[in-house]
Amino acid sequence: MYQYNEFDKAFVRARAAQFRDQLERWQAGRLTDEELRPLRLQNGWYIQRYAPMARISVPYGELSSAQMRVLGRIAREYDVPDAALLEDAQEKQLALGPVPIPGTDRQVVTRLEYGYGHFTTRTNVQFNWIPITRAADVMELLAEVNMHGIQTSGNAIRNITTEALAGIAVDEIADPRPFAEIIRQWGALHPEFAFLPRKFKIALNGAEEDRAALGWYDISLQMVKNEAGELGFKVLVGGGMGRTPVIGTVVREFVEWKHVLGYLEACIRVYNQYGRRDNVWKARIKILVKAEGQKYIDKVEEEFRQIVEIDGAPHAITQAEYDRVASQFVAPQIKRTPRDPAGARVHEIIRADAEADPLYDRWLQRNVLPHRNPELRAVVLSFKRLGQNPGDCTADQFDAAADLADRFSAGEARVTHEQNLLLPWVHQDDLPELWAAARKLGLARPNIGLITDMIACPGGDFCSLANARSLPIAEAITERFQDLDEEHDIGEIDLNFSGCINSCGHHHAGHIGILGVDKDGKEWYQITLGGSNGSDLSGPATPGKIVGPSFAKEEVPGVIEALIDAYRQLRAPAGDGKLEPFIATLRRVGHDPFKAAANAARFVERETA
Amino acid sequence: MTDRLIKILQAGEAENEPGVNVLVVGNDADVAELSLDGVDRVELNFPKFSDGRAYSQAYLLRRRRKFTGDIRATGDVLIDQLVQMQRTGFSSAVLKEGKDVADAQRQFERFSDFYQADVVEQKPHFART
Repeated sequence: MYQYNEFDKAFVRARAAQFRDQLERWQAGRLTDEELRPLRLQNGWYIQRYAPMARISVPYGELSSAQMRVLGRIAREYDVPDAALLEDAQEKQLALGPVPIPGTDRQVVTRLEYGYGHFTTRTNVQFNWIPITRAADVMELLAEVNMHGIQTSGNAIRNITTEALAGIAVDEIADPRPFAEIIRQWGALHPEFAFLPRKFKIALNGAEEDRAALGWYDISLQMVKNEAGELGFKVLVGGGMGRTPVIGTVVREFVEWKHVLGYLEACIRVYNQYGRRDNVWKARIKILVKAEGQKYIDKVEEEFRQIVEIDGAPHAITQAEYDRVASQFVAPQIKRTPRDPAGARVHEIIRADAEADPLYDRWLQRNVLPHRNPELRAVVLSFKRLGQNPGDCTADQFDAAADLADRFSAGEARVTHEQNLLLPWVHQDDLPELWAAARKLGLARPNIGLITDMIACPGGDFCSLANARSLPIAEAITERFQDLDEEHDIGEIDLNFSGCINSCGHHHAGHIGILGVDKDGKEWYQITLGGSNGSDLSGPATPGKIVGPSFAKEEVPGVIEALIDAYRQLRAPAGDGKLEPFIATLRRVGHDPFKAAANAARFVERETA
Repeated sequence: MTDRLIKILQAGEAENEPGVNVLVVGNDADVAELSLDGVDRVELNFPKFSDGRAYSQAYLLRRRRKFTGDIRATGDVLIDQLVQMQRTGFSSAVLKEGKDVADAQRQFERFSDFYQADVVEQKPHFART
């Protein structure tokens, strides 16, 4: 992991002090609400439905055990609403009504929890209940472990992401993390780019497979080697979700790695000058790139030329700087001490127990991933389980996950795009022990990549942007698919759920997408089919297509069940002894039979949204 | 600590100065094409403090066009944007009415340095240390 030097440490401490100063001026009436707004947003502080929300930056998802313990402490000591606020919020959410669980007479009733963090699709951690009066204390606490909320919101360069297997993937061209860190530093408090037309998200991918959803980013950097074998980046610009889903355009096939900051500067400067500011829904760079096409690319190329030739490429990455940063991402030394006879016997018992349990085999299949070091594995701790919302991690779970990271993974874990935690440095001999320990914590559900491993935003239970709730419906779907035999039979599928068109739950990229919409103050949901994040399973990135008129909240879990039933009837052998996955069947037979199945799951004929 | 180089004027302090040739530049102007002959001061406006186009304009005027006259920020100019104004090339700023200069000085004292190159620091932090 990247280790902060004295400069980096002083920088985040100064940022925390600056935020305290801003909050104090706001409380004294010297900053208006409107003036404070972008300042707090650029520190990750939103005002939500009932309380502020804090979004803490986790650059490219990497967390140390020490950082996880501080997140746990924040969850425990700060993420606490006062009783009256919670009661009021609970009452209002209950009034929105329950969601039935298909095939049962049970229903999901909202109960708001507190004291936890939430992993997001952009590998940040969010808290929902910290009072604004304690915000400055929290930021100072975070700064002690080199964490911050810099530019996790606002119209600036947001958290830089990579795939969770960066630096350990078997199909890696080069480790993207040193560049992600260099770009993070370059983007932090960039003086020129703090008030862009709209938010700006950058992702990097260092592997052959796109596991970073590159097509969906404002700028994506795919590591490539040119014919001379030199390392560089293919650059895509103008992808994005929201009301107008667009897949990024390749603007450059190859930028030398040392010029990547200059090229980013050119792309963003042109956007800062010419991106639309008259309409928030047209302000993302995707709209500019779509409208201007080649003209945008020409302008960027000319700007880049001038940055290099006239400005003298001030941000050209030196070999020394690359080496300094890259040296901190070398694989940790995994020291293995031979087990003594007693330890060896215990290990054998644990291993035999695990191997006798079919759940362990399923866990090996779903949650354990290959590693570039053949002795090691990457292990996903599942935060998708009944009784907790997708990606939620309680204070105790933060502490426990930190202990697992210390014991099994060189003190490191990674937040994944799919809202789980990945342990990147697990020795293969430790798998039975890790499984037993994770199982005790409820983090060994063997469902990674399956239907209950869905992506979901916090939705209308917390977010003031949301049109509808996502959590009770996610819970109803989770409960419907609790049979592991059935879930494994259904196989790999991306089910993505956003509570509003801002698309935090990446519904556009789901094989099945669910989107909360609002009509007459009631909760409705659009279902989309056939979206892709760009992974090998899903195919080239593309937005899903809407099934038809919106569904009422009570209908949605049943519609998902109907879509899955249709798939199981229509699927064919894949040729490798397995059955084709949902997305392959959908592509082969087309959307019509799935649409028919979804529409047949409507409760009654009536006017729909 | 960052030295404060930018001149901060209170609203009302910035009266017309005779003999000073001022060029007022719109946010949508391409500064690459401006004629700067005989110009003493370029005024760049912030219609809203959250409209960041003038930062790019100032940067390009200073670093690309090598303009050495005054670059002044006008409009919705608040305390918390002064440091970045200085870093992108502004040399004077007229504060929005009701803002206290005393709050400004602390902002310059807070950060000892930044990561990026700007117009004050020609090289990024990594290339200076």
